[in-house]
Amino acid sequence: MVEQVLFILMLTIGVGFFVRSIGKIRRNIFLGRPLQINDRKPERWKTMARVALGQSKMVVRPVAGFFHILIYVGFVLINIEVLEIVLDGITGSHRLFAVYLGGFYAIAIGFFEILAVLVMLACIVFLARRISGSPPRLSSSQLKGWANTDALLILGIELVLMTALLLMNAAEGAMPGAEVAPFLVSSLISPLFSGVSAETLHWIERLAWWFHAAGILGFLNYLPFSKHFHIVLAFPNVWYSNLEPKGKFANHQAVKREVELMMNPEAEVQAAPAESELPVKFGAKDVQDLSWKQLLDAYSCTECGRCSSECPAHQTGKLLSPRKIMMDTRDRLEEVGRNIDAHGKEYSDGKSLLGDFITEEELWACTTCNACTQACPVNIDPLSIIMDLRRELVLEQSKAPGSLTAMFNNVENNAAPWPFSPSDRGNWRQTSH
Amino acid sequence: METQLNPIPSLAELAAEGKVPEVVFWVGCAGSFDDRAKRVTQQIARILQHAGIHFAILGEEEACTGDPAKRAGNEFLFQMMAFQNIQVLNGYGVKKLVTGCPHCFNTIKNEYPDLGGHYEVIHHASLIQELLDSGKLSVRGGAFKGKKITFHDSCYLGRANGIYEAPRQVLEALDADLAEMKKSRAHGLCCGAGGAQMFKEAEKGVAEVNHVRAEQALETGAEIIAVGCPFCHTMMSDGVKHHNKEMEVKVMDIAEVIGHGLH
Ligand code: SF4
Ligand code: SF4
Repeated sequence: MVEQVLFILMLTIGVGFFVRSIGKIRRNIFLGRPLQINDRKPERWKTMARVALGQSKMVVRPVAGFFHILIYVGFVLINIEVLEIVLDGITGSHRLFAVYLGGFYAIAIGFFEILAVLVMLACIVFLARRISGSPPRLSSSQLKGWANTDALLILGIELVLMTALLLMNAAEGAMPGAEVAPFLVSSLISPLFSGVSAETLHWIERLAWWFHAAGILGFLNYLPFSKHFHIVLAFPNVWYSNLEPKGKFANHQAVKREVELMMNPEAEVQAAPAESELPVKFGAKDVQDLSWKQLLDAYSCTECGRCSSECPAHQTGKLLSPRKIMMDTRDRLEEVGRNIDAHGKEYSDGKSLLGDFITEEELWACTTCNACTQACPVNIDPLSIIMDLRRELVLEQSKAPGSLTAMFNNVENNAAPWPFSPSDRGNWRQTSH
Repeated sequence: METQLNPIPSLAELAAEGKVPEVVFWVGCAGSFDDRAKRVTQQIARILQHAGIHFAILGEEEACTGDPAKRAGNEFLFQMMAFQNIQVLNGYGVKKLVTGCPHCFNTIKNEYPDLGGHYEVIHHASLIQELLDSGKLSVRGGAFKGKKITFHDSCYLGRANGIYEAPRQVLEALDADLAEMKKSRAHGLCCGAGGAQMFKEAEKGVAEVNHVRAEQALETGAEIIAVGCPFCHTMMSDGVKHHNKEMEVKVMDIAEVIGHGLH
C-alpha cells in the first residue's frame, strides 16, 4: 500500500512536470509568426509515415541508420513493458500482464529482452562514434559543451535503463519458485544471483523495478531539455514540412503589396488583410520574427550535423554551419522564454538572434544550395532562416556587402547583375566565330 | 565549333507582324553578356533551329529575373524585376519559355506564378531530351563515343527542382561513357556560385567550393565535365584551371556537347 501511494505520487509529479515543460515549449513555438499549413493532407501523412516513422532519410547513411532504427524500434516496443510497470505500480499488482498472457508472457518478455540488448549494442556503437570522433560531425570538437554532454548523457541513460530492466528480470528468474520467469536473456545472468537468499533477491528485484520506473520518469522529464526531444517532435515537424520544390522561396507578401502599389499607383489600395495588425517587417531579427514552423524546426533538431557535413560553406571552412543556425535559434528561443517567465511578455533583454547568436559572416556564406534541407532526416529547413535574416540585413538594416550592393544597382539600372547595356542583350546573335 | 545561325527574331518584331512564336527562348543575363556563356546560348539557338522550332527572344525587353537579388536578401528588387518581366511576358501572351539557366528556370517556374506570371517553363536540358525522345533531333555519338563524361548537377536544376535524369539521358544519347562523381544527384556538391555568391568574394575559409567540386569531377577521370548552368560553367572552369588541368579536361554545357553531335 505504501509502495502504491509512493508510486502514484512519483508518477503524478513526473507526468505533471513533463506536461508543464511541454506547455512552455508550445508557448515558445507560438511566439513565432502565424503561418497556415494545412493543405495537401494525404501527402503530409504519407511524408510523415515515410520520413518520420520509416526514417527514410536516416538510412542514407546505412550504418548510423541501422543502429538508429534498432534504438528506435527497441525503445518504442520496450515501452509496452513500461506500461505494465506503471499499471503494477498503481494497482499494486506484480507483472499484471502475465495473468492475461499466460505462457505467451515469457516469450514476449524474452523478445523485449532481445530488443534491450540490441538497444544497448546500438548505444555502445553510438558512444564509440562520439568518443572516437568519427564521423567528425559528432566529435566533441564540433559539438561543444552542453550539446556534447547531452548526447553522451542520453546514451548513458539508455544503457543504465536497459541494464536495470535486465537485472530486474534476472532477479525475478533467480527467485525460487518463480512463476513467470525465466526469460530468454536475463536467465543468462541469473546465475550471478546463485546463493543469494530469496529475501535479498526480492529486494534486488524491487530496487531494479523502482530504479527503472523512476529512471523512465526522469528520462521523460529530461527530454524537453534535450535534443532528444526529436523523438516526439520529429512527427509533427515532418507533417508540417515543405512540400513545394526546394527551389521555390516564398514571395514576401508585404513586399508584394508595396511593389504593387509602387508599380500601379492608381490601383485600389487593397484592403490590407487582418494579419497586418502586426507591424510589417521585411526580415527577421529575432526569433519572434520567424514563423512558428521555423521555431518548431529548431526544437526538432537532433543536432546530428548531417546538414553541416553536406554544406559547401561548412565543408570549406567557412563560419556557416546550418546545424549551428538551428541550435542558435533554439538557444535564443529558450532564452526569450526564460525572460518571459522571469519578467513577463513585454520584457526585452536587448539581444537578438541576428548579431548576438548568428553573425553576418555566417549568413553571407550560404550558397542557397539546399544540401542542408536535403540531408536533414527530419525535414528541417535552415535555409529559410538564413534567407529571413539576410532580408533583415538588406531591407531593414541596409547592411549588404559592398559587392552585393553594386550587383543590386546593376540589376536596378541595367536589368542585369553586371554593368552591361540592355540594348546589347541580343548581340550574341551576331556570331563572330 | 561552327555556329551558323539563321536570323532570330525578337518577340516585338514578331508581334509587329502579328505572329506568335511556339516558344520564347529566355536567354538570361549570363547567356546574354558573358563571353563563354554566349557561345552556349548560340548552341541552344542552333539546336532549336535544327529541330525546326519557331522561337523568339525578348532581346532588350528581357530583364534579370531577380534571382540574385532575392537570394541576396533584396526581395523588393526581386519583386520589381518580376513585376516588369511578367508585364512584358503577359503583354505578348507568352505561354511557353525555354531557359538557358537553371536560376531563371527556377525563378520563373516557381516564384513568378504567385506574382501573376503563369507559364510553362522548361530548362534546355529537358527540352533537348524531349527533342531527342520525339525524334525531332538526332545526334551522332561521333567525337564523344566512349569518351568519359561526368555531369555536375546544378543545385537549381537538381535538388531545387528534382531534374537529375534529363541531362544524363542527353549525354547517353551520344554513347558517351557517363561517370558519376562521388557526390551526385540529390547529394551533389554546389559549385559555390548560388545565392548570389557569384557576385561577391567568398567568406574566409580553408578552401574554395569550386576547387573542391572540380577535384571531385577530376577524380572520375572524365575528359569532359558537363554542366547545365552558366554559373556552374564559370566555377567549374576556374576550378579545373586551379588544378592545372584545363588542357586535358574541358568544361562544356550540355547544349555544346549536343551541338557537336548534330548532323
Ligand atoms: S543552403 Fe546554405 S546552409 Fe544549406 S547547405 Fe547550402 S550553403 Fe549550407
Ligand atoms: S537541422 Fe537536421 S540535419 Fe541539421 S543537425 Fe538538425 S536534425 Fe541534423
